[in-house]
Amino acid sequence: MENPIIQLEGLTKYYGKVKAVDNLHLSINKGEIFGLLGPNGAGKTTTILMMLGLSDPNAGQATVCGINATRNPIAVKRKVGYMPDNAGFYDNLTALENLQYIGRLNGIGEKEIEARAHQTMEMVGLSDALHKKTSAYSRGMKQRLGLADLLIREPEVMILDEPTLGIDPSGIRDFLELIHRLSRQQGLTVLLSSHHLHHVQQICDRVGIFVEGKLLVQGDINTLSGELFGKESFEVAVTVREALPAGDGLKAAVQAIPGVIGVQASGHTMDISCSSDITPDLVRFFVRQGLNVTGVQRKEYGLDEIYQRFFENNPKKVSA
Amino acid sequence: MPSMPVFIDKLFSAPESPTPFRTMVRKEVGDHIRSWRFITMLLLIVLTFIGSMYISLSNIRKVVTEINDPDHVYVYLKLLTTAGNGMPAFHIFISFLGPLLGIALGFDAINSEQNSGTLMRLLAQPVYRDNILLAKFYAALLVVSTMFLSLVLLMIGGGLLITGVSMEAAELLRILAFVVISVVYVGFWLSLAICLSVRFRHAATSALTAIGIWLFFTVFYQLIVNMLMAAILPDPAYLDPAQVNAFNNLILSLLRVAPSQLYTDAATTLLMPSIRSLGPLSMEQMAGAIPAPLSFGNSLMIVWPQVTGLIAATLVFFALTYYLFMRKEIRH
Repeated sequence: MENPIIQLEGLTKYYGKVKAVDNLHLSINKGEIFGLLGPNGAGKTTTILMMLGLSDPNAGQATVCGINATRNPIAVKRKVGYMPDNAGFYDNLTALENLQYIGRLNGIGEKEIEARAHQTMEMVGLSDALHKKTSAYSRGMKQRLGLADLLIREPEVMILDEPTLGIDPSGIRDFLELIHRLSRQQGLTVLLSSHHLHHVQQICDRVGIFVEGKLLVQGDINTLSGELFGKESFEVAVTVREALPAGDGLKAAVQAIPGVIGVQASGHTMDISCSSDITPDLVRFFVRQGLNVTGVQRKEYGLDEIYQRFFENNPKKVSA
Repeated sequence: MPSMPVFIDKLFSAPESPTPFRTMVRKEVGDHIRSWRFITMLLLIVLTFIGSMYISLSNIRKVVTEINDPDHVYVYLKLLTTAGNGMPAFHIFISFLGPLLGIALGFDAINSEQNSGTLMRLLAQPVYRDNILLAKFYAALLVVSTMFLSLVLLMIGGGLLITGVSMEAAELLRILAFVVISVVYVGFWLSLAICLSVRFRHAATSALTAIGIWLFFTVFYQLIVNMLMAAILPDPAYLDPAQVNAFNNLILSLLRVAPSQLYTDAATTLLMPSIRSLGPLSMEQMAGAIPAPLSFGNSLMIVWPQVTGLIAATLVFFALTYYLFMRKEIRH
C-alpha cells in the first residue's frame, strides 16, 4: 500500500433512510486492476459516483490522485475516465463526432483530437466503424467505443461500471483482455465493478466483495478464499451412480474419517470438506462401502464459491 | 492599418480550445437546427409570417392613408400589426406559436440525455453541472433569437424594397424591442419546459405536462376568470363608476397572470405607438389628450410591468430548474 491512487476513508452515503454505502475504507494502488464485486444494489455505483464527486458522501472522504473528490470534482474528472453502465452516445452523430465532442470538452486541441481519435479507435479495434453513426453500433461495439472514449482523454485512472453487462461470452473475454492489455501497456489503474465473478476473476489483481454497502473482504483471490474458508480449504464432491442411502449412518461414517470437517449429502452427491487433501482415502472408503463411484471432483475455490459461501454464512443478507 | 486583419481574424475563427461551455452550446445549436421538430416549427412560423406579411402588404395602402389613425405614419409597424381577412397579426400568432416553440426546444433537454445514458457520460467529463443546464438554455435562446431577428430583418428589407419608405429610428427600436420581448416570451416557455424535463423522467410526460400548462393558459384560464367574475361580481348597474373601474382592473390583473396576456399587452403597446394605457381610462384622464403616438420610451414605460413580469417568471423557472438539477441524484 505504498502508493495509493484511490483512497476511500469511512465513506458513507444515505439515500433517504437507506444506507447505500456504509463506512467504506479502501485503497487502490497505482497500476492495479481492482474488481469491485457485489450483487445488484450493493452500492457499487454509488461508491464510484462518490469517487468522481458526482454524488456527495454523507460522511467520510474520497481522495483520488491526491485530490478530494467531493471538494474538487473537476480536477478529479480531468484525471479519471469513467464509463457508466449502459453508457450512451449521441445517436445522431458518428463515432468520430462523439469522440471529438468529448475531446473538446476536455480541452484537447482540435488537430490533436482527430489524431487521437484514430489512434484510440485502432486500439479498441473499431477503426473500420469510425464514420458510422453510433445508432448502428451493437452493444459490444458501444462498450468498445466507451473505452475509446476514456482513452482519448489519456486518464490516469479508468473506472468501468459493469463493463461486461450485455456482451456475449466471447465478446466479454476479448473486452477484458483488451482492458488488461491497455492497463499493462499504459500503466493505468483500473477499477471495475461487476456482479459477474468469472469475468472479473480473469483479469483482476485484487478484488473486494461488496454487499449492502459494506466491503466484506478484499485481497487477491487466494487470500480471499483463505479468509472466508478458514481451515477447511479443501472440498471434495463424490458422485455415485445410485442414490445415496437415506439416514445418517453413512454421513456419520464419513465424518469419522480423520481430517473430515463437514459433510453434506444430497441425491447422488456428497460434498465433503476437509482440512487436508484426503481424496484418495475418501475414494477408498466409498469403494469399501460398496458404492459405485462415478465421479470425484476436488473443488477449487473460484469467486463463485467465495460468493456462495458468503451468502451461506449470512442467509439474512441474501433476501435483502 | 496592420491591426485590422488580426482583429477580423479573431472575430471569425474559433479559439484553439474553446471552453466546455462553448463546446456544449455549439453542439446544442447544431442539434437544434438539424432536428425535425425545429425545422417543423420554423416552417410553421415562416408560413404564418409570410401569410401575415402578405395580408398586411395588400392592405398597406389603405392603412397608411388613414389620417384619423395617429399611427399611420409608421409603415413598418403597420406591416407587423395589420390584420385582415381573418388572418391575425404576426404577434398574435407568436403569442400562441411561441410557447409551442419553447416547449419543442426544451421538453426533452435533460431527460432524453438521461434516458440515453449520455448525461452520465457528460457529467463524468470535467464540466460543471450547471454549465450543462445553462448551455441548453442559452443554445435554444440563441436559435430562437436568430430566427426572430432574421424574420424581422427580412420583413424590414422586403418592406423597404416594396414601399420605398425610409424607416424612422423609433420604428426600428420598437421592432427590435418587440423581438426581444418575443425571445423572452419563448424563453419563459423554454425554461418551463426544461424544468419539466428535469422533473420528469419520460420525455412524453414532460411534453404533455408543458402542453397542458400552455393549453390551460391559452384556452381555459380566460374562461375560468370570466366565469368566476360573472359569478362573484355584483350587477354593475348598482355600482358607482369608481367601483366598476376597480373591478375591471381586478379582472385585468387576474388575466395578466397568463404569460400570453403579458406578451400580447407588451407586443401590442410596442407595435402600436398610440396605445396609452392597457387598462380602462376614465373620462377625466382622457380629457385634453391629443390622439398622438407616444414616444418609444413612454411606450416602454407602459409595458415595463409586463416585461418585468415575463423576465421574472422566466427567471423563477430557470432558478427552480437549477435547484432541481443541482440537487438531483443522477442515478435516480
